[in-house]
Amino acid sequence: MSSKRIIGPIGRVEGDLEVTLTVEGGQVARAEVNAPLYRGFERILQGRPAEDALVVAPRICGICSVSQSVAAARALASLAGITPPPNGQLAINLVHAAENLADHLTHFYVFFMPDFCDAFYSNADWHDETVRRYAAHRGEHIRHALKIRARLLHIMGQLAGKWPHSLAIRPGGITTPVTTSVQHALRYILRDVREFMETRLFGARLEAIVEATDWVSLNAAMAQHLHPLPDAAWFLRLAEACELEALGRGPDAWLSYGAYPGADGNLFAGGTWQSGYHPLSLAAITEDTAFSKMQGDTPLPPERGKTHPELNKPDAYSWCKAPRYRNQVMETGALARQVVHGTQLAHELVRRAGGNVLSRVVMRLWEMARLALAMESWVNTLEPNAPGLLNTALPSQGSGIGLTEAARGSLGHWLSVSNEQICLYQIVAPTTWNFSPRDHLGQAGALEQALEGLVLPDKDHNRIRLQHIIRSFDPCMACTVH
Amino acid sequence: MNRCSMVWLQSGGCGGCTLSLLTAESPDLISWLEGEEIDLAYHPSLSAESDDAARATLQRYTEGSATLDILCLEGAVMTGPNGTGLYHCQSGSRRPMMDVIRELCQQARYVVAIGSCASWGGITSAPGNDTDAVGLQFTGQIEGGLLPGDFLSRAGLPVINIAGCPIHPGWVLDTLAELVAGRLTQNDLDALNRPLLYSGVLAHHACPRNEFYEYKASASAPGQQGCLMEHLGCKATQAHADCNIRLWNGQGSCTRGGYACISCTDPEWEEPGHAFERTPKLAGIPIGLPTDMPKAWFMALSSLSKAATPKRLAHNAQDSRLSIPPAIRLRKRKGRHE
Repeated sequence: MSSKRIIGPIGRVEGDLEVTLTVEGGQVARAEVNAPLYRGFERILQGRPAEDALVVAPRICGICSVSQSVAAARALASLAGITPPPNGQLAINLVHAAENLADHLTHFYVFFMPDFCDAFYSNADWHDETVRRYAAHRGEHIRHALKIRARLLHIMGQLAGKWPHSLAIRPGGITTPVTTSVQHALRYILRDVREFMETRLFGARLEAIVEATDWVSLNAAMAQHLHPLPDAAWFLRLAEACELEALGRGPDAWLSYGAYPGADGNLFAGGTWQSGYHPLSLAAITEDTAFSKMQGDTPLPPERGKTHPELNKPDAYSWCKAPRYRNQVMETGALARQVVHGTQLAHELVRRAGGNVLSRVVMRLWEMARLALAMESWVNTLEPNAPGLLNTALPSQGSGIGLTEAARGSLGHWLSVSNEQICLYQIVAPTTWNFSPRDHLGQAGALEQALEGLVLPDKDHNRIRLQHIIRSFDPCMACTVH
Repeated sequence: MNRCSMVWLQSGGCGGCTLSLLTAESPDLISWLEGEEIDLAYHPSLSAESDDAARATLQRYTEGSATLDILCLEGAVMTGPNGTGLYHCQSGSRRPMMDVIRELCQQARYVVAIGSCASWGGITSAPGNDTDAVGLQFTGQIEGGLLPGDFLSRAGLPVINIAGCPIHPGWVLDTLAELVAGRLTQNDLDALNRPLLYSGVLAHHACPRNEFYEYKASASAPGQQGCLMEHLGCKATQAHADCNIRLWNGQGSCTRGGYACISCTDPEWEEPGHAFERTPKLAGIPIGLPTDMPKAWFMALSSLSKAATPKRLAHNAQDSRLSIPPAIRLRKRKGRHE
């Protein structure tokens, strides 16, 4: 006895999302994830001057606009064979990390925590306090989070002109000069950010959070005795009560392109992890369109990718393509980034129960602390008035690849230029990986796998636990199809 | 208990206007909603409800069983392919989103386009695209989008276009607060139905590069401190917005960030007909002249001011920093040291 149910819209994610569940015997037998909006950015970019990618590409996404800028600038930089000077790279890292930190903050407070205010949990002893803190667009702690988010994004006013959709990041660096006063302004902003995180979010020094190596030391670091409990500690309590660790197991294969270049390499190393670390091989990446509303059935590498929408393709159920790595489904995001990088806490969480709702959220919180510390050190390394930008003319033809990490995972731009015009532009975004439809081998995408097998004892239970799983990936649907 | 009801929809866009709105800080968005007594009945990124509960909320307003005071749309209306609207279907119901939007527009007292995509089509309607994205009441510069050019909402106003890519949070909060107070009239809108409270000045006003502009001391490459108009595509002298007065994310703006204003509050900004950051010229003169300036005057003033450019400005214009500070002139005071 099976029944089919279409679920949507799913709120508090960035963009539009629909999930179709086939339920058999009180369990999800099949999940189909649908990205219901097609905008056509890869076609908009074609035929434009190569440098216009810096204007157009960020507008794919309002939440990871800077990540899109970074990927586009890197693709052009690889086309031109240039690298930003150290001061420019530091400033780019600061702008990029500010966005990723703001995105983690937004996800935790605005998108994810309001789940626990759901009426399904109304009998829990923690429910009233949770509602007071995190009720959707009312909760007191959401208000605190929005204030510090706005303050954190003053970094954009200092270094990127505005956010989202800045034009400051270039193949050869950044347009904003770093003066002595800019450097101090950045220090003051980060001081406020640290204060918020140490008092309201963690109740602990950032250094102590970053050093946590397992569940026990993480709980201990977060000062469980504090009253009221800081938000991350409150989450750990809810996570245990709601058994989030048993929810939303993904493919347990992780991808990260690596992020934040520095003199000693990336702050977070890139690669893949499947029962062990493997260096990244770009040749292993293809996009499959067997179940995508796109013409063609042959998986193609992005450098030869095509984007021709086909509305009535039989069996296709999403505008999203299905990226695969050596024909395998990969999960990407903060957890993936830290597993690939070799962060001990990530490995300990994965050893316990793989990729799940808890491990995804915890590593996002951990990364907030790690990023804030990295940003403090970058600000102190900035050299006022040192050159931040090299200007080089772009070659009139050739190709380039720009890889980076958005808050929610691995982002890549592949471009080819001929006669100074873009003749190919393919974007493979984090949620394209995580929320892909099936491929020609019939393999379900990462979220589809995480939903299949979910026990649905009744209609209400289904509703909120399903949403925990979906939101644990911090999806950005605007990027997914673009 | 007469709280103002507001529904926010998203369609062909990036969500960036909402993310920008969330940077409002004085007050923050939540405090502002409370202070203005607005009931945010639905917002896809902020509301508690999902799935059938979310659709039921919208249904109440569509049917008219609840009064909808303000409808905001973020993102363009996707009318393709071939007028079906199927490039964006509402999740769950699988109805073309353009139909859902149209129904709510008929019910709302005020209809507000949030951002350039909802106003004119914006980047989503750029050439090369086959999605037939349009704005609510405009398609680019042409009147008539999803709604006809003569559409008036129940309160008797056209669609209010808070254009920009993205919007500044202040533009939205101030405009909506005027609506809640019942004060906004056609006289408060410009010829493209943008609120004059932000479109009544130019992005050029209060640009810190104004002294360079006065002497036509121009930057020749990105990262330099001079005026960005002559060579680098800056349209701030033509762009209607208070970006350099209101400022973004604390102390920012595009020109303060070192790059050109691309006039993102205007219809068809996405297709300038040239590379965004290269100024098109005829016989060495920029084609796009400053607003309200006759060409002959501009040419006369330019040649005069170029000839009179102080050394400090000529040098700094093409430097990566303001390396020569303004001179200090002390008054001669007889007998002081004698």
